[in-house]
Amino acid sequence: MKIGFYPGCSMKGGAREYQESVVALAKVFDIELVEIPDWNCCGATAAHNLNKELSLSLPARIMALAEKEGITDIVVPCAACYNRLSVTKHELAEDASLCSKVTGIIDLKYSGKTNILNIIQFIDKYITDKLEEKVVKPFNYNTACYYGCLLVRPHAILNFDRVEDPQSMDVLVKKSGGNAIDWAFKTECCGAGMSVSRTDTVARLSGDILKDASDRKAEVMVVACPMCHSNLDMRRPEINKYLDEKISMPVLYISQVLGLAVGLDAKTLGLNRHMTEVILPDKPVKNAEPAEVSKKVANPEKMEA
Amino acid sequence: MSRIGVFVCHCGENISATVNCEKVAQISKELKGVEFSTDYKYMCSDPGQTMLKEAIKEHKLDGVVVAACSPRMHEPTFRKACSEAGLNPYLCEMSNIREHCSWVHPKDDLTTEKAEDLVRVMVEKVKKNKALNSIKVPVTKTALVIGGGVAGIQAALDIANCGHKVVMVEKQPSIGGHMSQLSETFPTLDCSQCILTPRMVEIAQHPNITLYTYAEVEKVDGFIGNFKITVRKKSKSLDEHLCTGCGLCTTKCPQKKIPNEFERGLGFRPAIYVPFPQAVPNKPVIDRENCTYYIKGKCKVCEIVCPTKAIRFDQEDELVEIEAGAIVLATGFDVLKSDFFPEYGYGKYKDVIDGLQFERLASASGPTMGEIRRPSDGQIPKKIVFVACAGSRDPAKGIEYCSKICCMYTAKHAMLYKHKVHDGTPYVFYMDIRAGGKMYEEFVRRAIVEDETQYIRGRVSTIYEKNGKLIVKGADTLMGAEPVEIEADMVVLATAGVANHGAEALAQTVHVSYDAYKFFAEAHPKLKPVETNTAGIFLAGACQAPKDIPESVAAASGAAVKVAALFSNDELTREPLIAVVNRQAPPVFSSCVGCFLCQSVCPYQAIEREEIKNRNGEVIKTLAKVNEGLCQGCGTCVALCRTKAIDIHGYSNQQVYTEVMALLND
Ligand SMILES: Cc1cc2nc3c(=O)[nH]c(=O)nc-3n(C[C@H](O)[C@H](O)[C@H](O)COP(=O)(O)OP(=O)(O)OC[C@H]3O[C@@H](n4cnc5c(N)ncnc54)[C@H](O)[C@@H]3O)c2cc1C
Ligand code: SF4
Repeated sequence: MKIGFYPGCSMKGGAREYQESVVALAKVFDIELVEIPDWNCCGATAAHNLNKELSLSLPARIMALAEKEGITDIVVPCAACYNRLSVTKHELAEDASLCSKVTGIIDLKYSGKTNILNIIQFIDKYITDKLEEKVVKPFNYNTACYYGCLLVRPHAILNFDRVEDPQSMDVLVKKSGGNAIDWAFKTECCGAGMSVSRTDTVARLSGDILKDASDRKAEVMVVACPMCHSNLDMRRPEINKYLDEKISMPVLYISQVLGLAVGLDAKTLGLNRHMTEVILPDKPVKNAEPAEVSKKVANPEKMEA
Repeated sequence: MSRIGVFVCHCGENISATVNCEKVAQISKELKGVEFSTDYKYMCSDPGQTMLKEAIKEHKLDGVVVAACSPRMHEPTFRKACSEAGLNPYLCEMSNIREHCSWVHPKDDLTTEKAEDLVRVMVEKVKKNKALNSIKVPVTKTALVIGGGVAGIQAALDIANCGHKVVMVEKQPSIGGHMSQLSETFPTLDCSQCILTPRMVEIAQHPNITLYTYAEVEKVDGFIGNFKITVRKKSKSLDEHLCTGCGLCTTKCPQKKIPNEFERGLGFRPAIYVPFPQAVPNKPVIDRENCTYYIKGKCKVCEIVCPTKAIRFDQEDELVEIEAGAIVLATGFDVLKSDFFPEYGYGKYKDVIDGLQFERLASASGPTMGEIRRPSDGQIPKKIVFVACAGSRDPAKGIEYCSKICCMYTAKHAMLYKHKVHDGTPYVFYMDIRAGGKMYEEFVRRAIVEDETQYIRGRVSTIYEKNGKLIVKGADTLMGAEPVEIEADMVVLATAGVANHGAEALAQTVHVSYDAYKFFAEAHPKLKPVETNTAGIFLAGACQAPKDIPESVAAASGAAVKVAALFSNDELTREPLIAVVNRQAPPVFSSCVGCFLCQSVCPYQAIEREEIKNRNGEVIKTLAKVNEGLCQGCGTCVALCRTKAIDIHGYSNQQVYTEVMALLND
């Protein structure tokens, strides 16, 4: 089976390391990702603020191109692109006349049967089962999993994870040998597209996120979105100024965390490309505790009655 | 040649706004066999019924079609009117031109034509109708009340005080339900235990009431007036006659750390326990799942210390058969469980609790003896946040309804807190304050004005712990959606009231319908609020929808009256619309060949075997026979009968066929 890969614009620019790490990780598990030929921009925030048909046509074209290649699953690592593709698929499925209009615009066959997988869904479908046996260098750091807004919302359409307290990335971190900490800002907004226009707002929002994680002794933050990454990573000077404190916690993509755990080296995973230097001191591999914790299942029946 | 009368109702404007009723009456007049036809604004009104009766007499009608609303609404009304005019009630039919026509179509000639069709169909059916006589069945004057909360208690006492026998079945070791867990009650702030426990005792002592606690209904057969119920009395591992309730065993049991359900996990209990000091009956049960003896095979400390030797480790569950004429369902409600609110940290942070837990903290007999102390470290919280609508009115959470009781109990909680912690500040996040009821709004005002509760209109987005405080983030929508952040010491969630765990299974056992939220469904939301769609089974209290105590009690008394009315006759009249097996002259006797397929599909076990014997007493043929008391007229057997030997009175194959043909031969 061919698994499609939609990089979106960011992975060809600021987030090259995200693509590099996803591809490298897939390779470890003998998965080949096929970049969708002649793909276009998903429309991002701009299109759906301006023109509904355009905002649906752009993602629809991507899915139609994938169909043409006989691709049934498309991996969309960027949370924003994932959101746009999923919303489009949903809206076209709900409204037949809109669908025929849009297929008219893109002038391609579109069945709406392609699966849109975000990075975590991709990992869960193809990698998770084999992950633990491949871990050679447990990622034993206190890790704050940050999901942001777009990965889990709107729940009615995405139907992925719990909206207010998502767990899927925490599970992956635990399986990689890490300690996913309990913290408060998992789904708080990072400032997103205001990155350029209102750097002060981004500094405040992203700053509060990093501060809470750091107060709770997180050593590293994990994300699954290039936008979140750039705000949390690149805006560090503004953030540190806002917080009046230097936070040196690195921000990694989930694919990089898994990559490190299965033994890929820093360069292959593009860790050198981050603005905030990735310093992860070697720790003795004996931290079996987090895995224990995750195994312990509370008995929910007990509290009932 | 028939002499049928057609009566077309306008239903005010409900029908006449889209259907030309006069025209329907006119056209119907032309139908073969129709002797008289007319239309009228309200057929069900007194003048309408009088008109019907007079027409029957004047025109010597031998069949009547009333074209109006659904037969579920007024068929009994018109059949009764017919019978008063001397016409057999089963010669009267209703043609539903409201729900099936005027309400679902626009004003149009086609709509009127459809109404005409519907009338014509019924006219043809009535021509095939036969006079039928109602069936009499005896009534067992014992009521079964399932659930011993305040609603069940009220219903049982009301019925018992009318002089009828009552059997009460309660799942828990004690009756009392949620009300026994409450501290003080809105809108009067009287102590819950003080008003409830005397009634609990009355249940135990009433000569007409048999109480089975730690018991559940396992099977219900039969029908109105004649239910047969199997109750499983779970083993209490105790001889209740010998036990004096001294409680020595409960103090010596080595298992001391079992989360106490009554205290909602805020305290512990032993494995042999009485749920609370005022329990009725005040005798312990052994929770076998947590008992050392049942787990490890040795211990028996309770047996050793029991002065009356009442402990029975080998006691088994007992099945009791009950005959009852009516059933009252009073199994109450529940509040939402923890994993519903990951964003509020309920289940994760010890100091985020639910309303029932707060009731226990505020209760003089609770784990803190009535002092408001937070569970994590026993400190008295100085800032406390109450979150209303936790789960309720939230389509994203799947609960779209308003839980109705929480606005009021939240105001009560804020008050109780302020009365106990004078220097504390209570905050309430709310969407709307719903305080409809006698003295309810005044009660909420008191919480706001006299007890200085800070009401903030807005929702809480998230709650997290930081440096020992709970950070509550929300919005104040009256201040222009300003974000607010409160550093609270404790948070109380007014979690949605939901159907009881197991409500669905019970509904299926008892054969009543339930709604999408698994609350039991009433027969009519306005006019039959305590009846179910199953005759003889009634509803009381919060098993129907979240209700407060006054409402639960009122519904319970309502249900009790229905039961008493049912028991006021020695016999019940049943509709004769049941299945019959045809009979013919010997040597055939019936076209039934005795295959008994019908017996295997009948959901009511109403098919019996009838042996036809010759003069020498030898069986020459075995036929199916319908038990008139049990048959509900569902028609399953008719569909299955290979020789068309079985048919339904009132809905015979021939009648239905005629209806279809009337439509096709238009
Ligand atoms: C936090 C909180 C505070 C409240 N405060 C107030 C207040 O101040 N004033 C007020 O008017 N109302 C208050 N209420 C509402 C009040 O609790 C209810 O109105 C009342 O308990 C409803 O009574 P009930 O008998 O219908 O149900 P319940 O009290 O739920 O009783 C149902 C009974 O049926 C039993 N049962 C369940 N299933 C079965 C089964 N299958 N077989 C046999 N038995 C079964 C249960 O064990 C229970 O004993 C409050 C509710 C909550 C949650
Ligand atoms: S009663 Fe009040 S708190 Fe409860 S659901 Fe209704 S509006 Fe919300």
